[in-house]
Amino acid sequence: MTSSGTSLDRAALKQIGLLGAGAIAAIAGLMYLLAWAADSTGTGSAVKPAVDPTGRTITLLLREEPPQLNTTLATDQVSSFVLGHVMQGLLRYDIDGRLEAGIAERWTITETGATFYLRADARWSNGSPITAHDFVFAWRTAVDPASASQYAFILFPIRHAEAINSGARAVTELGVRAADDLTLEVDFERPIAHFEKLVAYTTYYPVNEAFYRSTNGRYGADYDTLLYSGPFMLTRWVHGAQLRMEKNPHYWDRESVRLDVIDFPYLTEDPSTQVNLFKDGRIAMTGLSEQSLEEALKQRWHINRFMDGSVFYTEFNHRPDRVTRNRNLRLAIAHALDADELVNKVIKIPGFLTGRSLFPSWLQGVDRTLREEYPVPQRTPDTAQARAYLALALDELGLDQLPPLMLLTGDTPLSARQAEYYQARLKSELNVDIRIDKQTFKQRLAKMTSGDFDLVAAGWGPDFNDPLTFGDLFASWNLNNRGRYANPELDRQVRIAQASLDPAERMAAFGAIQQIIHDDVVIFPEFERGLVYVLHPALKGVVRRAVGADPDLTRAYIEEG
Amino acid sequence: MTLWRYALRRLLQGIVTVWFIATATFLAMHAVPGDPLMSDKAVTPEIRANLEAKYGLDQPLHRQYLIYISNLARGDFGISFTQKNREVNDIIREHFPVSATLGILAIVIAGMGGVVWGALTALYRNRLPDTAIMFLVILAISVPGFVIAALGQLAIVGLNRVTGIPLLPVAGWGSVSHMLIPALVLGLGTMAYLTRLMRSSMLEVIATDYIRTARAKGIPATRIFTHHALRNAVLPVITVLGPAIAGITTGGFVVELVFAIPGLGRYFVQAVQQLDYTVIMGTTVFYGAFLVFMVIVVDLLYGIVDPRVRLE
Amino acid sequence: MPSPHMTLSADDLAPLPRTEAANTLVRPSLSYWEDAWRRLRSNPRAIVSLGIVVSLLLFALVGPLVWRVDPAQQDVDQISQPPGADRSATVAAPLAPWRPDGRAPDAPVLALDGAATTQAVRLVWGPLPGAERYRVYRNLYPAERGQAFGMPLAELSGQEVRAFEDRLDLRPQTWHYTVVGLDARGNALPDFVTLPVTLARVITAADAVARGMADREQDLPPGTVVKFALHPLGTDYLGRDLLARLMHGAQVSLFIGLCAPLLYILIGVVYGSLAGFVGGRVDQLLMRIADFVVALPFLLFMILFKIAFGIGPGESGIMPMLVALVLLSWPASSRLVRGQILQMREEGYVGAARLLGASSPYLIARHMLPNTLGVIIVTLTFAVPSAIFTEAFLSFIGMGVAPPTPSWGSMCNEGIKSMLEHPHEIIFPALFISVTVLAFNLLGDGLRDALDARMRSRE
Repeated sequence: MTSSGTSLDRAALKQIGLLGAGAIAAIAGLMYLLAWAADSTGTGSAVKPAVDPTGRTITLLLREEPPQLNTTLATDQVSSFVLGHVMQGLLRYDIDGRLEAGIAERWTITETGATFYLRADARWSNGSPITAHDFVFAWRTAVDPASASQYAFILFPIRHAEAINSGARAVTELGVRAADDLTLEVDFERPIAHFEKLVAYTTYYPVNEAFYRSTNGRYGADYDTLLYSGPFMLTRWVHGAQLRMEKNPHYWDRESVRLDVIDFPYLTEDPSTQVNLFKDGRIAMTGLSEQSLEEALKQRWHINRFMDGSVFYTEFNHRPDRVTRNRNLRLAIAHALDADELVNKVIKIPGFLTGRSLFPSWLQGVDRTLREEYPVPQRTPDTAQARAYLALALDELGLDQLPPLMLLTGDTPLSARQAEYYQARLKSELNVDIRIDKQTFKQRLAKMTSGDFDLVAAGWGPDFNDPLTFGDLFASWNLNNRGRYANPELDRQVRIAQASLDPAERMAAFGAIQQIIHDDVVIFPEFERGLVYVLHPALKGVVRRAVGADPDLTRAYIEEG
Repeated sequence: MTLWRYALRRLLQGIVTVWFIATATFLAMHAVPGDPLMSDKAVTPEIRANLEAKYGLDQPLHRQYLIYISNLARGDFGISFTQKNREVNDIIREHFPVSATLGILAIVIAGMGGVVWGALTALYRNRLPDTAIMFLVILAISVPGFVIAALGQLAIVGLNRVTGIPLLPVAGWGSVSHMLIPALVLGLGTMAYLTRLMRSSMLEVIATDYIRTARAKGIPATRIFTHHALRNAVLPVITVLGPAIAGITTGGFVVELVFAIPGLGRYFVQAVQQLDYTVIMGTTVFYGAFLVFMVIVVDLLYGIVDPRVRLE
Repeated sequence: MPSPHMTLSADDLAPLPRTEAANTLVRPSLSYWEDAWRRLRSNPRAIVSLGIVVSLLLFALVGPLVWRVDPAQQDVDQISQPPGADRSATVAAPLAPWRPDGRAPDAPVLALDGAATTQAVRLVWGPLPGAERYRVYRNLYPAERGQAFGMPLAELSGQEVRAFEDRLDLRPQTWHYTVVGLDARGNALPDFVTLPVTLARVITAADAVARGMADREQDLPPGTVVKFALHPLGTDYLGRDLLARLMHGAQVSLFIGLCAPLLYILIGVVYGSLAGFVGGRVDQLLMRIADFVVALPFLLFMILFKIAFGIGPGESGIMPMLVALVLLSWPASSRLVRGQILQMREEGYVGAARLLGASSPYLIARHMLPNTLGVIIVTLTFAVPSAIFTEAFLSFIGMGVAPPTPSWGSMCNEGIKSMLEHPHEIIFPALFISVTVLAFNLLGDGLRDALDARMRSRE
């Protein structure tokens, strides 16, 4: 444009200005229109503070949405967290993680069975009483092969459960009955020492049959297709977007519940989004990753830590066609890897503990922890020894050079990082080539099941508070024994631990299992997972635990002032 | 009338195309190694058989295909593998509007922003405002979307800290304030592209004879600008909006992931990680069909609006 | 020069003598490519971009020959070091196991047992009133009552245990350690002891030799100061050299960014020219197939193909990505080429050549393709940035190349998680992506102006 164009310039500038203003107005209008349209379909949520003492409301985030909330089908951690707040079983955990009376007021357990006496004042969220029939129905549904529940196995201590689940018997033959509305009688398949620990688990929660049938197969798909037996109830569930829990007015112990509303308007797995939300005062609690830890220090947040109870390890493939079946090779790898370095230098999160055993350090023995009663042998990294074992292994295998080993791993950032670290470490210590096989969750599980690996990064979280939740993992019949380890002596010890009612005898069996797993290098223990997290200063009474719903907010409250 | 015959023919073609997409999706999905029925606790063969029967995986492949296509014809995408009692139709119905809202907003922001900035830079050609805006445009074109999204979120946190009041939400969805930054981030790349297009188109128009004629005739500058320059310069911008819609709908993945927005894109990524066959297939076919029919609608609209466009 | 006012004479109408000079051209004749090169050269932006593209290729191909650092070489003592970090370390004896029994003081103070180094910080403290157990914290700031104590390192089990060895991610900096007493239920008591500790960076002689910092362990008596390897752009989350990784990542990203467009445009050219030249039913059919492929939603199918092809153990995942890109992207260029060929089929010179007896392959090879080459090159240049972005996007959602293969996208994906703590891990790969995308875009603009008069933009 030339200088003669100034009049056009000025006019144009004015027009562009007007146009811009018009555009902003139009966009704003459109946004309100869209927001209004969205609100009418129920996605709306206003920006709220993390804690609101007057409304006794706290706002949190969920890492992901529960896939569904039918207790007989639930398997994952998020479902377990939500269900632990809105449902209750016969027993519940107190703030110190001990079992106490839940829907059952008192109970007796013998060698052949158990009897639970339900409270007369226990109510569903629609006001109808919770009866023994609700438990009978729930348990029958869970073992019914037609439901295809993946957690049916947890009910197998009940008589005929396993036979029913495999289709050999009718569902009505399950060893549980309602003697009357408030008395539930259970028959055992065989004597069991830890049954009371099992009944606190999600699959054992009650389900109201009439309501279940009224939902036409959508039980647990939405907040209004569930009846609640716990301290809270869901009053909103916008899929993929938000959940909202409100205090259940019919809960038998409603006096102990000190929050009115727990809101989850954010569903995100992204650690930086989580920290940004906390920093912005939108949520009252968030976990910290290795990366956000330093930010938390700079912000001077009060950082807490706790162990989530799970154990992670590298599992070897013990199938006959695999080189990892050779014990000396496993010993070589176990001496070449350094779990301490992994935890301290690569993972770098303070909550983590170096792995020593399949049994995590928090498990209780007879009087003290299992770890104290049956100390774990230590294996320190030692390059020279590792190379000596490798030479032995090559000799036994009749090989000059070890073929590359397949390391199967998951697609989380941490597992990829760990695999890269192992690859470099085994190369430098043993000159062994590792091929990393990074797969998404389901593909990794498929490969684990079919045995398409040499080493696999695996982990195990507890279902109930007894060493057996870990102890039977490498029994030859356990389908979760993906490496197909088979050892008659270990199997014998597992049977003792399952069948014995004598705590001392059971713990001795666990000690023996621990020793076998160490001596035979069934796995290479890496770490016990820890978590670091930050809480809003006014939020109190949050309980973290390894077994059961975590975090537990049923007794949380907002401190005023 | 020819328009109707044309529309009908396009529609039939569209249906065949959707069938092709559905078939390609089905074949790709069944070539995927792995097993959607796996869970971290191993299950007995009996339970597995029940699960397979529930999802029809026990049928031979050609039977599965026929069932799948006939269900599709009835608009039934099946039941999700992860959300065991939720239909894929429900998932799409609930999450697609969110993605669409974000997409529409991003397109509008990109389109309007592109026109305004483009006109402005043409006006200030080679002067400071032009240089400054074009620099930003170049940045927006060349920085990866996920970096922009992460920076956008940090900027919100910073803004809220500095002002001391929660002006904008960091993540989530539901109100007007939730939409602004994600839509802006999503539309940024397209806006930059349109700005460049508008700028060159505007420069071309201003140099044409009819503008010179109009000025010689003494038509008021304002009128020249709006009626002659702007109107003609905008035409090429409008023609590329169509393809941009497709780009933005799928580009929403990143924004939805970073800002925790419950759109269909984020759902798709999660479904892929969980190997949720029905959700992956349903979402892909739905998106494909949506894009196919959007293109048809846009073509028809062009035919109606601009008589110069010959309907093939 | 003759002017209209001049009067004419007979001489003016006489023919000039024949000279050869009149027939020679004043300027040398320019071929299409020479002309294009001349135009491109006069466009400084395009030339700078061309320079950048060439340097990026050099960086990827020649770089690793100059900077001979193994991109897979890890160093757990050099994790996430920013560029220009202090590299010196003191040689120290290997860490011996610690037996803290009886070393704890009786007074309520926090003390060090031995020197505080990056190998370990060994703390002992005296009993605090009422404490059943202790919790150890570490912080950036001095401990103050009522303020946060920092990150909790451990909770010790019992009154008697009053010693703790910290080995977690130790860096040469000052930490403020604090020990708090806990009651039986694990609640913090008001009393605490605190100690600021400045850590010295140390390395054992064996480690130094293993890292190539010295030849023999005997040359390194304790107390010698040695220097860690130089990392001009810092290191990543496993202590790997960022520059080396960027170079190898450039190979991956540029390979995908260049090869995928080359391949699919090649396929598109063959397919499109076939359709355009044969015409009729075949053309209809071929274009219908291309329309089908165009209709597939790109990113969704990209992800779908990625998981369908799978990545086997030890594979980098570059090939599946390349194949998926090619499978989904070829139709656009085939449409373009077909359009051009259709147009040219009607041109006079093609008709003339046909009349002179030119065969079809000759026509395509001699006349049609060279005339579409300009358009093809421009399309290719603009296709590179989108291929690079696609790679980066797939890496961002975890569907990119498999570890330990570096690519700019996967490096960004790792770096973005720690963008506040270690900005260098995101800035460098993101910068490389941006510069590459920008250079190819500007080069594309320049090429378009230079090669194709019809597509020429007015800037």
